[in-house]
Amino acid sequence: MALIELHEVCKSYFLPTYRVDVLRGIEFQVQEGEFVAIMGPSGSGKSTLLNIVGCLDRPTRGRYLLQGQDMGGKSDAELAQVRNQEIGFVFQSFNLLPRYPAWKNVELPLVYSGLSPAERKRRALQMLERFGLLDRATHTPAELSGGEQQRVAIARALINNPAIVLADEPTGNLDSRSGAEVLDIFQGLHRQGVTILLVTHEMEVARRAQRVITIRDGVCQDGCY
Amino acid sequence: MDVIEALRASSDALRANRLRAFLTILGVVIGVAAVILLVSIGEGARQYIRQQFGQLGSNILVVVPGRTAKEGGMHMGTSAVRKLTMEDARLIERRSRAVLHAVPIIVGTSWIRFGNRSRDTYIVGVGARYFKVRNLKIAVGRNFSQDDIEGSRRVCVLGRTVKRELMGEATSPLGALVTIGDAKYRVVGEMAPKGVTLGFDIDDVVFIPVTAAQELFDTDWLFNITVKVASEAQIPQAKEDIRRLLTRRHAGKEDFTILSQDEVVAVMGKILNIMTAVLAGIAAISLVVGGIGIMNIMLVSVSERTREIGIRKAVGATNRDILLQFLAESVLLSLTGGLFGVLLAAALAFALPAFVPFLPTHLVWWSVIVAFLFCLAVGIFFGVYPARKAASYDPIVALRYE
Ligand SMILES: Nc1ncnc2c1ncn2[C@@H]1O[C@H](COP(=O)(O)OP(=O)(O)OP(=O)(O)O)[C@@H](O)[C@H]1O
Ligand SMILES: [Mg+2]
Repeated sequence: MALIELHEVCKSYFLPTYRVDVLRGIEFQVQEGEFVAIMGPSGSGKSTLLNIVGCLDRPTRGRYLLQGQDMGGKSDAELAQVRNQEIGFVFQSFNLLPRYPAWKNVELPLVYSGLSPAERKRRALQMLERFGLLDRATHTPAELSGGEQQRVAIARALINNPAIVLADEPTGNLDSRSGAEVLDIFQGLHRQGVTILLVTHEMEVARRAQRVITIRDGVCQDGCY
Repeated sequence: MDVIEALRASSDALRANRLRAFLTILGVVIGVAAVILLVSIGEGARQYIRQQFGQLGSNILVVVPGRTAKEGGMHMGTSAVRKLTMEDARLIERRSRAVLHAVPIIVGTSWIRFGNRSRDTYIVGVGARYFKVRNLKIAVGRNFSQDDIEGSRRVCVLGRTVKRELMGEATSPLGALVTIGDAKYRVVGEMAPKGVTLGFDIDDVVFIPVTAAQELFDTDWLFNITVKVASEAQIPQAKEDIRRLLTRRHAGKEDFTILSQDEVVAVMGKILNIMTAVLAGIAAISLVVGGIGIMNIMLVSVSERTREIGIRKAVGATNRDILLQFLAESVLLSLTGGLFGVLLAAALAFALPAFVPFLPTHLVWWSVIVAFLFCLAVGIFFGVYPARKAASYDPIVALRYE
């Protein structure tokens, strides 16, 4: 059984005067432990696809199975739980809470898992240590470099041991050196058996993945564009 | 996310914007303080009145001649009105079971002289039980005896002020002879100081037996009959008895009025209650205005934190979690306002009588609870709309929000 299965997934936006068909029948599978890069020109629907896989959005048509379960029949609250337990998001613009120190950002998913504050803090600090950020635990995002912020965001994505990590252009806002560091982290995670879906339009980034899926005209093809 | 987590998250958010939070709750603080303070002033006034009347004895009816108080009509000529007599008082005391004592009273003014000093003062002719009925204490000497009354003896009990004016502080008044009108009276007692009650200085009075007062003022008519009823429950019975007895004696005419001190207190209490309710209601409006302020700032806060809402949803917050978080924030605002309002009201209720002596205050615990619950209601009512708005954000749109 594949970890992720998409069958004929379509996504359309209905604007007042016309309809935008962004995804027109996406068909692919991701096995557990795979590291897949998603490529495609700007506006091709990569982020849209990732949001559907991450249960932040629902397809207009088609079926999406995560761990063999159909996500189409789930309520909003159930999808929130899936996001909390099974999915870790890493964004291009980090999306950390500016008021919170690093460790509080990292523990945020655990707040919605019902863990005790002490246990949350312990695990958050452990995670920060794993990414060499323990001495930055009390810094707010504004006091961190871009690379550090993204590492905090990765720590947050991983804190609940998700089944998949979804990264939408995680190196897009970073210089090449911190970008390479972040990619090293992803490769390390891959070696530890974490399933990763990574959106990018840079060839060097895509090359780090095992497999590349390209989206063009709303459908996907294997290989690079 | 449970309520404690929601409170933790919202108190973080409020602490990040202390000045804004403070200004927002100011309306609530003022509203709560005003409500509690006004209620405590009303209660203070009520207790003041009750205590002042209580000093005059409880369960007391006063029968006065004439039928004026309730109908408001004028009596043409006095011949139709039969005045009250000693015999009326005796009858009431003897024939009504509900009545403990019925004391005849005659009041007038006269000069009182001692040596070369004199004073124009109230002379109150009373029956023997008067001091007991009115809760008046004799400091030195004795009360009037039944013999004093029946023999219309010329004896007197001096009020504090009269005694001091005539004899100074030091000397004992007992046995002294004072001149009232044309006759000499022997001083048998001195009142314990009582001070001003409801504007009347009870210390500036001379008491003599009511029979002596009849001679002094050359009258058979009483000023009133002061009736002590056995218990509060028997007041209606006593009134009924008095009305029946006197009407029969007065040839079927009800030419007297029975005043009940407790009724007066009750009416004044009711008026005070209404005034307090009206004022507290007006103050409560400012609480509602404070609630609108909270709603306003919550809407600002929700749109400022759109991205935070998106992030929280992305990591697993449900709509309910977000709702709870923002609702907790507005309730926290209103309850903090309530808390400071209560403290402010307590401080003012404590300090006010020191600066404004005629405003006694008494903090009422239920007004504190009501104000607090009202705060909670305001926080929820004005917090629901912003919180629902926050909860309904689409996470993707919220995440993209700049
Ligand atoms: N809410 C929306 N309403 C209408 N159209 C939308 C909406 N969201 C996205 N789109 C459209 O869907 C298309 C795909 O957007 P998406 O963000 O998935 O592209 P992308 O492949 O991630 O591009 P980029 O590489 O620039 O990030 C775009 O043409 C965009 O205009
Ligand atoms: Mg994109």
